[in-house]
Amino acid sequence: MTPKKADKIAVNVLYGLSGIIVLILASLLTYILVRGVPQFSIEFFTQPAKTFEVGGGIIIQLYNSFYLLLLTLLISTPVAMGAAIYLSVYAPQNSFTTFVRTAIEVLSSLPSIVVGLFGFLMFVVQFKLGFSILSGALALMIFNLPLLTRTIEDSLTAIPSSQREGGLALGLSKWETVTRIILPAAMPGIITGVILSAGRIFGEAAALIYTAGQSAPALDFTNWNPMSITSPLNIMRPAETLAVHIWKINSEGLMPDGPDVSAGASAVLILAVLSFNLLARYLGKKIQKKITSA
Amino acid sequence: MEETVQHFKKRSPKRKQERFGKTISLVATIFIVSIVFSILFFVASRGLRTFTEHGVSAIDFFAGTAWRPGEVSDAGEPLVGAFPMIAGSFLVTIFSALLATPFALGAAIFMTEISPKTGKKYLQPVIELLVGIPSVVYGFIGLTVIVPFIRQIFGGTGFGVLAATLVLFVMILPTTTSMAVDTLNAVPRYYREASFAMGATRWQTIYKVVLRAASPGLLTAVIFGMARAFGEALAVQMVIGNAALVPDSLTTPASTLTSILTMNMGNTVLGTLENDVLWSLATILLFMSLFFNILTRWIGKKGAMK
Amino acid sequence: MAVNPEETDLNKKHIVTLNEKEPLAISTKDLHVYYGKFEAIKGVSLEFEKNKITSLIGPSGSAKSTYLRSLNRMNDEISSAKVTGEILYKNVNINDPEVDVYTTRKQIGMVFQSPNPFSKSIYENIAFGLKRHGVKGKETLDKAVETSLKQAALWDQVKDKLNQSALALSGGQQQRLCIARAIALKPEILLLDEPASALDPISTSQVEETLIELKENYTIIIVTHNMQQASRISDRTAFFYLGHVLEYDETRKIFTNPTIQATEDYVSGHYG
Ligand SMILES: Nc1ncnc2c1ncn2[C@@H]1O[C@H](COP(=O)(O)OP(=O)(O)O)[C@@H](O)[C@H]1O
Ligand SMILES: [Mg+2]
Repeated sequence: MTPKKADKIAVNVLYGLSGIIVLILASLLTYILVRGVPQFSIEFFTQPAKTFEVGGGIIIQLYNSFYLLLLTLLISTPVAMGAAIYLSVYAPQNSFTTFVRTAIEVLSSLPSIVVGLFGFLMFVVQFKLGFSILSGALALMIFNLPLLTRTIEDSLTAIPSSQREGGLALGLSKWETVTRIILPAAMPGIITGVILSAGRIFGEAAALIYTAGQSAPALDFTNWNPMSITSPLNIMRPAETLAVHIWKINSEGLMPDGPDVSAGASAVLILAVLSFNLLARYLGKKIQKKITSA
Repeated sequence: MEETVQHFKKRSPKRKQERFGKTISLVATIFIVSIVFSILFFVASRGLRTFTEHGVSAIDFFAGTAWRPGEVSDAGEPLVGAFPMIAGSFLVTIFSALLATPFALGAAIFMTEISPKTGKKYLQPVIELLVGIPSVVYGFIGLTVIVPFIRQIFGGTGFGVLAATLVLFVMILPTTTSMAVDTLNAVPRYYREASFAMGATRWQTIYKVVLRAASPGLLTAVIFGMARAFGEALAVQMVIGNAALVPDSLTTPASTLTSILTMNMGNTVLGTLENDVLWSLATILLFMSLFFNILTRWIGKKGAMK
Repeated sequence: MAVNPEETDLNKKHIVTLNEKEPLAISTKDLHVYYGKFEAIKGVSLEFEKNKITSLIGPSGSAKSTYLRSLNRMNDEISSAKVTGEILYKNVNINDPEVDVYTTRKQIGMVFQSPNPFSKSIYENIAFGLKRHGVKGKETLDKAVETSLKQAALWDQVKDKLNQSALALSGGQQQRLCIARAIALKPEILLLDEPASALDPISTSQVEETLIELKENYTIIIVTHNMQQASRISDRTAFFYLGHVLEYDETRKIFTNPTIQATEDYVSGHYG
């Protein structure tokens, strides 16, 4: 075989392999949407789930997913921000810093089921929080911290050091410089990172099945007393999310229309993750523009 | 004069502010680090109870093939052989990596060497979307498409190592691809130019120069994919059948460490042997995750020395 | 470079000091700066006169920037850097760890090589530093913004778009904004590190004019690679070479009749 011929064959093979990947994604998406979107109906989005009957909805799970997402972002963003600031501003170049970075990397590579089991041991059992939104949010925080810290740190270090010098030369502290000059300038990147992490959190189930639990007690959406068990605001109630719901339906096999509900819920999940992705891009660009132009 | 000295030595509020900022950001950092250590400590100390509290021998646990926690053998030993799950985890990891690697490398080479423009426009978003699909959705598709498909062709239930392998193949594909892309992009331009200048074809250049220079990074990309496969729980649990048997065929129900953990953690009581052996499985997962981590570091170091 | 290191005697120096009639703004005594083991500045003693412009010239790597950054303790931010010797400002050795760097930097302002306005509005770029140092009141801030922009000869060009992003300004305007930002804090000394090296000739001459006007109220120390610039705007010039100052004198003297051969080689090599 001449080198020229080999080249031609190789290039064709590469086209083929890449084409198959595109095909796989296309068929995945088509399958989920074709199978799932027809399930969408007013009832589907407004009714609670039914375990043994046909025609249940996903309202509670959908609400739980968003509530849990919000709480997770609320507790993990400040911590990630703090660590990112430490690593990008204060951390000296020594073995302690290397050690910290290694630890964060190890955390990011832990399987989420392990994070979930630790959350079970620590929050559900040890802290006696039970299967609850709070336990779930804490487990998701652990799941979210390493990646979010890294994206925020990357956004901070992407701001030219001349900005930092400019602040320091005015006699400002590093803390003022980073919180009031670097951070605002890095906001597009940070927001993009936070929203992308939201997509990951929204779809996560393994970290939740033993922390937020696998049941979705009925909610009374008119009850805003956070102490009441039927209140949507209550953070001590068990809360099955949409992703956990899909897993639960399929591993129990009790629900007669389980495959339909799963398909509908999967479509919702994918559309949500997709919107998070698009939103992240859009907002990132828009803020960037606002900062640089007028 | 003394006055000016005082003026300059007076501690401005900025110093306090700086101490505050440094402290608070250090506290956040230490918080994260302590979580890592708590996970290692609490999970491992539970996992070790199988051997310390319940006196199970390590050989019985790692090499035993009978997994029926709660029951004992004729000799009175608890039946907690974890070998079926360990074997299952390794099998699905190795098979899915074998399947995903050619596709991942092929796509990465396509995106960096053959057609960066098309790659950026079409393949990049495809890869990002694949990463974004939640694992329960992969599990659901596996359950409703792949398992019936396998059932039709090979008979049986359709659950098993093959189904898990196919699901994991798609799940680790984007991980390996995007890391491979980064690695290939890091190979300096002039390597290629020098090779072209010597009259090499595009494929010769890729094969003999680019891939060789990038090999440590590509290996790391593959290992990252394997780590993801090894730790994936729900998608695998939904399609593997969860029979704690050493798989004797790719299309009979089997199990992995993660699938048994997912299934049984809720059905056991904390502190019992039945529960502690599950934590032992979790500990294996934990140490494998550390192992993959160390492996990639080691490869990175070796690659840097070359 | 026209200077030949082998023929240069680093022990032969010509450095003028100020007489009683010339008020001192800031001076260094036997200043050494180390980056780890590397000694970047090997004992520099210079006196800078009040309300004058002093140029620091010399080949790349001769430690001009390092010296300038020592004067307002910016080298504190480089973990490997160590500064020994005295920096006297108002008779206080400000190179004393006890001295508050924030107070020091507020009084000794700095402008960098490439313009680095914050990604905030033009107004905020100037008001920001003031606010962080405790200045309050819209009127006071408005006034300060206007004054500094006028002093930096930028007011007329930006007075109608104070709320627009500073990043939309041209390079020259950005650099003058940075000057305005520094002088808004009413420092006594202004340090500039090649402030015009990233600018076109027209912007450069605008910055130069601004500096000459600022001389009335500020003491200016400027690093420059541009010999014409040094001779156009500065009163005194120091020639840096390999971490030493070999010659320090009236600018006119440095450029027409330098005492040290290396100085002559350098300034003439640059005219070519
Ligand atoms: N942060 C630093 N760390 C180590 N060495 C440095 C650092 N900054 C400057 N140097 C070294 O100190 C010497 C003087 O640099 P610099 O002050 O930037 O010179 P100039 O401004 O005259 O070009 C050079 O040899 C340079 O490599
Ligand atoms: Mg310099």
